[in-house]
Amino acid sequence: MNIDGVKTGIVLDHIKAGKSMMIYQLLHLDKIDNTVAIIQNATSAKYGRKDIIKIDQLIDLDFDVLGYIDSNITVNIVKDGKLVDKKHLELPEKLDDVIFCKNPRCITSVEQEIVHSFRLTDRENKIYRCAYCDAEHKVK
Amino acid sequence: MSEIRNLINITDFTVEEIDELIDVANDIVENHSAYEDICRHKKLGTLFFEPSTRTRLSFEAAMLELGGSVLGFSEAGSSSAAKGESVSDTIQTVGCYVDIIAMRHPKEGAPIVGAKRSTVPIINAGDGGHFHPTQTLTDLLTISRKKGRLNNMTVGLCGDLKFGRTVHSLIEAMLRYEGIKFVLISPEELQVPDYVKASMDKAGAEWCEVESLEDAMPELDILYMTRIQRERFFNEEDYVRLKDSYILDLEKLENAKEDLTIMHPLPRVNEISTEVDSDPRACYFFQALCGKHIRMALILKLLGIKREA
Repeated sequence: MNIDGVKTGIVLDHIKAGKSMMIYQLLHLDKIDNTVAIIQNATSAKYGRKDIIKIDQLIDLDFDVLGYIDSNITVNIVKDGKLVDKKHLELPEKLDDVIFCKNPRCITSVEQEIVHSFRLTDRENKIYRCAYCDAEHKVK
Repeated sequence: MSEIRNLINITDFTVEEIDELIDVANDIVENHSAYEDICRHKKLGTLFFEPSTRTRLSFEAAMLELGGSVLGFSEAGSSSAAKGESVSDTIQTVGCYVDIIAMRHPKEGAPIVGAKRSTVPIINAGDGGHFHPTQTLTDLLTISRKKGRLNNMTVGLCGDLKFGRTVHSLIEAMLRYEGIKFVLISPEELQVPDYVKASMDKAGAEWCEVESLEDAMPELDILYMTRIQRERFFNEEDYVRLKDSYILDLEKLENAKEDLTIMHPLPRVNEISTEVDSDPRACYFFQALCGKHIRMALILKLLGIKREA
């Protein structure tokens, strides 16, 4: 992996090829003042193809969102050109306002300003359930 | 100030807490006069956003028998919900007037929303097809009173096991007791959902699925009947064929144990023949009475009220 381009910032590596733009939008990276580089379809020994996002700034990342989108992503924290931390993601136990309940019988379908909350009930099969109605959501 | 306790799902209470509720419910029968005025000046709000007969009336009877008062509404049309008020706002407002709330709502998870902002305990009196924990408490009290225990027995559940929320909750509750075997009697189209089967496997419970009520009958200690609903079937022919096989009558009870306990959450339509009503094993109206006693115990628990020794 080449992280030379980032002096102090974050490199999101091993993003499943094609998902980098979704992450860019969900993490609101368009609001950042510094450089953000998106590399698509890079060669990966592990996955064949992958995307990479390089952020030239240290920001607070929503690891829950990242873990939900793709738990294979590696988060590299770089300071003064050195890799100081490397985080491996996993599916978060809880998701708030990341996915939305599609059950028309759920209270979330009518109650105003309600947080759509899901909890992980089966990590192996990647199944979340709505915290209100228990409707199933399987991570694709 | 102590933390507010609610009852949204039966698993909100530990097995020990359920045992404690059953003890109080039994004490209410044995020492009724000690409870007559125990909730004086306490008010129960019954917020029924959809119609109910026995659940609402049993809650109201329970509070009145404890010496408390009851106020509320019996359909959404006579509340501010008709004006578009949110569940959260309704609960916060009513919480200013009452000490405890029993709510029924057609939307699943509504009591969870209500409990988030409530300043008084919330009891889920049914949220759509989701949970109905006070029915499960009623069932547990009935079984406890009839059998003297909640473990080591074979429980037959018959009828619509796919959509029947009372069945799912009862299985979930009884999985926590040792030595329970479930015999699931239903047409293939109405078998319990996979996640319920997974729960039984996870808990290490013994269970089997059969289609014939007569074949299952001899080994049952409990027979829990439910209604098969016509609208669940794709064609009328299947419905007619299957509904007839699950009408419990005296003939089907010939091979049943003498101490079988026959239960039904009610209302029934035709799935238990009225000739069974006079059989000493028929317990569904006794079950309705248990519903009042356990709700009395529940109100006391959530209000933190105990009778003086």
